[in-house]
Amino acid sequence: MEKLQSSFKNMALSLTVIAMVAAAALAGVYLLTLENINAQKRAKQEAAKLAVLNGQEGYAVETAVDGFGGQFRVMVGFDEDGNILGYEILEHQETPGLGSHMVHWFKNADKPGQNIIGRQGGSLTVSKDGGDVDAITAATISSRAFLKAVNQAYADQFGVEAHTGASQLQPAEEEEVIEEVVIIEEGKEEPK
Amino acid sequence: MSDRMKVLTNGILKENPTFVLVLGMCPTLATTTSAINGMSMGLATMFVLVCSNVVISLLKNLIPDKVRIPAFIVVIATFVTMVQLLMQAYLPAIYDVLGLFIPLIVVNCIVLGRAEAFAAKNSVGLSALDGIGMGLGFTLALTLLGAVRELLGTGACFGFHLFPDNYGALVFVLAPGAFIALAYLMVIINKLQKK
Repeated sequence: MEKLQSSFKNMALSLTVIAMVAAAALAGVYLLTLENINAQKRAKQEAAKLAVLNGQEGYAVETAVDGFGGQFRVMVGFDEDGNILGYEILEHQETPGLGSHMVHWFKNADKPGQNIIGRQGGSLTVSKDGGDVDAITAATISSRAFLKAVNQAYADQFGVEAHTGASQLQPAEEEEVIEEVVIIEEGKEEPK
Repeated sequence: MSDRMKVLTNGILKENPTFVLVLGMCPTLATTTSAINGMSMGLATMFVLVCSNVVISLLKNLIPDKVRIPAFIVVIATFVTMVQLLMQAYLPAIYDVLGLFIPLIVVNCIVLGRAEAFAAKNSVGLSALDGIGMGLGFTLALTLLGAVRELLGTGACFGFHLFPDNYGALVFVLAPGAFIALAYLMVIINKLQKK
């Protein structure tokens, strides 16, 4: 077949058809995957609920804060006295290899300086801001945002105003608590 | 060596996208903080590269020359978005690792470069082979760069710790390390190829 000439009609027609086919294909894939993607998100949330409580009785609280690369959502588990039982990052866009380390960093039992599990929630601050939690190396902003999320979760659950060390950050306007209180009986499921 | 083999191996050595053509530096520098990240990015790019090469080769006579770049970009962006949605739905574990990088494939010059330089002028079969070859070359280069940076930066390789935990020059995981490691790898590879 001959190659189409670059006439105005051909160019407009060709681009329009390609864009329409692309849009239709994307809409199809979107509808096809929508249900699965939502199911994955729900499954992740359920798994996180179990994991943050670590098989104990308590509250799983979800918060969202602005990090370095956009909003991220954290689920934090507290026991009845407000001690942190565990946390899971549900969604984030922090820098891979730096801020993304928060997924494990703050629950490393071998490094008491950076581990927040077992600590009393509410006023955790990175050591750079005078607190006693070691921030992720080269990712202080992500670390501040993470601790802010944990403090916020504590405040949401226990009604005490959060003392955040991240005073230079914007106030959390986009905070939203999706799971207010979730009390889970001592479960048999293994944390995932 | 047959023509087909030549097309396939071209991207791996003679015209390696990273070390010889020096294309697609943005994802190369940004995602190679560890070997596994580099490899994952390479494989996802390869998938998009093969799909877009095939489709563009099929459409080459229907796209007038003057609008070929926007047409190519629409095709590429469509595949990238599809990969992202499909991965999110069916491979959530891989998506958790890779999700942040997937949109970067659109800005990868290799994909547009191969569409323009190869797929727009060659048959569908050869274009697919070219996509596979270039994709493999890119994957190998990114894995190598990721492995070097991970090893020097954290003392691990593919997540396995080869040295004690506190070993490592953090600079290699950060942005400057990407430039330094890439430059030295380029020197070594070009030196070896000249022989």
